Amino acid sequence: MDYYDPGDLARFPEVGKFAKDLMDKFFEYHDSATGRDGALTRREKALIALAVAHAEKCPYCIDAYTTRCLETGADPEQMTEAVHVAASMSAGARLVHAVQMQKALVKNDAM
Amino acid sequence: MNEPTQTESPTGTGGPCFSRRIARCGLGAGPLAIRTLQANVTKLCNQACVHCHVDASPVRTEQMSLECVNRCLEILDEGDAIENLDLTGGAPELNPHFDYFVGEARKLGKHVMVRHNLTVTLDGNPRTGEAKRYIPEFFAENRVEVVSSLPYYSEYFTDRQRGKGVFEKSIESLRMLNREGYGAGELELNLVYNPAGAFLPPSQKSLEADFRRRLEEDHGVRFDSLYAMTNMPINRFEKELRRKNIYDDYMEKLVNAFNPETVEGLMCRNMLSVGHDGRIYDCDFNQMLEMQARAGGKPLTVFDLDLGEAMGREIRFGVHCFGCTAGAGSGCGGETAA
Repeated sequence: MDYYDPGDLARFPEVGKFAKDLMDKFFEYHDSATGRDGALTRREKALIALAVAHAEKCPYCIDAYTTRCLETGADPEQMTEAVHVAASMSAGARLVHAVQMQKALVKNDAM
Repeated sequence: MNEPTQTESPTGTGGPCFSRRIARCGLGAGPLAIRTLQANVTKLCNQACVHCHVDASPVRTEQMSLECVNRCLEILDEGDAIENLDLTGGAPELNPHFDYFVGEARKLGKHVMVRHNLTVTLDGNPRTGEAKRYIPEFFAENRVEVVSSLPYYSEYFTDRQRGKGVFEKSIESLRMLNREGYGAGELELNLVYNPAGAFLPPSQKSLEADFRRRLEEDHGVRFDSLYAMTNMPINRFEKELRRKNIYDDYMEKLVNAFNPETVEGLMCRNMLSVGHDGRIYDCDFNQMLEMQARAGGKPLTVFDLDLGEAMGREIRFGVHCFGCTAGAGSGCGGETAA
């Protein structure tokens, strides 16, 4: 059995075989949040989703939102910048913990 | 109104059937009118774009003859309902009778549109070296509607699809058109976007706003409308898809995106497409697939065309037609969905 088979993305709705009403609500919510123009355009939402897909390391989402970005008019430069936002946020979220480390260093009389 | 025909192209064998799909939706797709005569006057082009459905390039030699041009002019004269002459290629300006064709059609009171690739103005004729820098002025004098491909408002996607240096030359050529009065409301300059890969075009309206802002801010270029078109899975683009082993994925994308609301506005229902040798087709794509239009039991050509008979023809469909009905639809004027 293969993990992360690209064909599995199309089988996503099958998750609704059980607890279908919850899955239906999820898809409706997901489409409302990402699939329509609102205060943010579909392209802006697609770029956010692409960044989140990288932060969450979800290969299905990366495939889906690379296409969504292109089909809403984004170009590779914008998409790459979005991934850098995700990457730098991840790095920052780790680095900021160094403050905790420094507090521990002080506690240990090492700083 | 005619019922949809079953004359699918050979490439449709065993795959999804366009005729059945529209019939299943209860839609008819016969000719509605002949408002546009589109003439593909040459396959010669100064460019060789990755997605060109014509396979046009600097090595092609096919040209429409003067005899054929004159016959097209007679048809325009006979056909009061034919409002538009739509000249395409290759680079149509590289046909030796192009200027004559435009001038005579204008004398007949027809609206003339030219599918102009922008760079031919600066590159000239790749076979003879003949300069073409007079083109913007010639277009303005004849009040030609200019329809120009510009795959994106920045260099990367444009050059990737149309060749290195094309974006910069296109911008220079657009500025020349602007200086002649194009894009300021009176002389019409429309741009064509098509995806730089195997994906569907974005919403025309939102993309047009981006193009307008970026071209004005970054390059001082103005235009009227942006037409978003889908890449047709035929000829050079089909070969590219097959080479990358993604032809089936792309076709699946087009078929899944079938939108019944695009059928009414299919361009083949309002036009005839003439090849360089005078043969007639339902559209430029059928022309490239050599799916010649037929009526009254015979293939149509400009040399013996009866417009009434042509209105009774059955439009020939193939799997490539899913390219015109995907998403918001795609025609010579961009989106077609009702």
